[in-house]
Amino acid sequence: MRYLHNFGAYFLMVIEMFRKPTKWSVMKKLILKDIDDLVIGSIGIVSFIAFFVGGVITIQTALNIDNPLIPKSLVGFATRQSIVLEFAPTFISIIMAGKVGSYITSTIGTMRVTEQIDALEVMGINSINYLVFPKMIALTLYPFVISIAMFLGIFGGLTACVLGGYATSEDFITGVQLDFIPFHIIYAFLKTFVFAFILATVPSFYGYYMKGGALEVGQASTTSFVWTSVAIILLNYILTQLLLS
Amino acid sequence: MIEVKDLHKSFGENHILKGVTTTFEAGKTNLIIGQSGSGKTVFLKCLLGLFNYEQGSIAYDGKVFAKLSEAEKREMRAKIGMVFQGSALFDSMTIAENVMFPLRMFTNQSKSEMQDRVDFVLNRVNLSDAHNKMPSEASGGMQKRVAIARAIVNNPKYLFCDEPNSGLDPRTSIVIDNLIKEITEEYNITTVINSHDMNSVMEIGEKIVFLQLGLKEWEGTRHDIFKTENEAVTNFVYSSNLFKKVRRVYLENDASK
Repeated sequence: MRYLHNFGAYFLMVIEMFRKPTKWSVMKKLILKDIDDLVIGSIGIVSFIAFFVGGVITIQTALNIDNPLIPKSLVGFATRQSIVLEFAPTFISIIMAGKVGSYITSTIGTMRVTEQIDALEVMGINSINYLVFPKMIALTLYPFVISIAMFLGIFGGLTACVLGGYATSEDFITGVQLDFIPFHIIYAFLKTFVFAFILATVPSFYGYYMKGGALEVGQASTTSFVWTSVAIILLNYILTQLLLS
Repeated sequence: MIEVKDLHKSFGENHILKGVTTTFEAGKTNLIIGQSGSGKTVFLKCLLGLFNYEQGSIAYDGKVFAKLSEAEKREMRAKIGMVFQGSALFDSMTIAENVMFPLRMFTNQSKSEMQDRVDFVLNRVNLSDAHNKMPSEASGGMQKRVAIARAIVNNPKYLFCDEPNSGLDPRTSIVIDNLIKEITEEYNITTVINSHDMNSVMEIGEKIVFLQLGLKEWEGTRHDIFKTENEAVTNFVYSSNLFKKVRRVYLENDASK
């Protein structure tokens, strides 16, 4: 019953987010701040993870291909497919649910605990629009982070492939270019946009509606991470079924 | 003036306010007092429109808040200033930005006009050199004064304060009390203070409403509170020996006049 209540409350929050908009001059600054906090601030960790996981994917693929009839370029092909279709959009989004999601829940939750949200409401400001909407707009730039992850993941794979002697750079690049289907990029970015919306709204929901003190802020951050990840995994399955089958 | 009639508020089975009726006059410091759990905070949040109530009415200068349109409610809220118990300053903004916030949200003033107004109110609360500090760098008393500055920056008609002295030393408490009283008189604001602090009651309570178990048990001025025979009020206000002595001296002086 509680899950059903939360589900309804979440959708009401999403509707409320578009009502009674905050003055544009104020909103503009909030969006720029959130772009800095949520998008620019995530590029470092995403780049680091993408580069090394790309390398690991390549090594594991190469080590599992021991049939001499299979061309070496398959390593590059498999790396590209893994990174573009799943690793960059989905795996990075789950990492972002931990990094960005817990940041959003804890900042909004702390504002709730310290009555800052009440202060906004008393002033007649739509606090959901003020707090959540700029995060959603900022995260429309999230696909930019994912493109960096895609590029660095493949580059990490190339580096690991060449340094480990699994294939030549020519073979790897040939594989990366092999059977390229542009729709896969569209699929990946469509997923990314949906995940960006989830990343902005689900953690905000858990922060906004939390009750209690510092301990509950921590608990809300954990719950938010769990449910953001669940939502991403479920939507990933549904979108893959809808778009690729 | 704020008129409250027969206000009822429940949370599920828990009936918190059981028909409170009172009036808060303009230009006066009105205090709501009562024990923990008496319904003070719920009452204040109903006055602020943060809680919906089941029965009764709250009228601001004759306008019943619940009957106003969304636009009128927004307009009304711009006339309300609130000082929260924990100050509720926005941690991501400097003190000056906190004070400027209502101006940025609700006025079309130029940056220099807003800056002048911020300088004026910060000067009014004796914080003329704290503009660029972050709230976390300010003491409790300073944070309360910033909260007062933010509450009055937009020239409110109504000022609400929830426990403005909590966590402050006696000297700072007096400074805050006097500041609220001066501002109330200076700008003819209707001020409603939710307080546990008996010093505030004695010093600035021009009208005191005593709540008990969700009902208005007593109301009067700070002079009346010395003379009242209401047992619930005397048990609450004169629970400490110090205040018992203060009352005895007051009554003796009053009798000798």
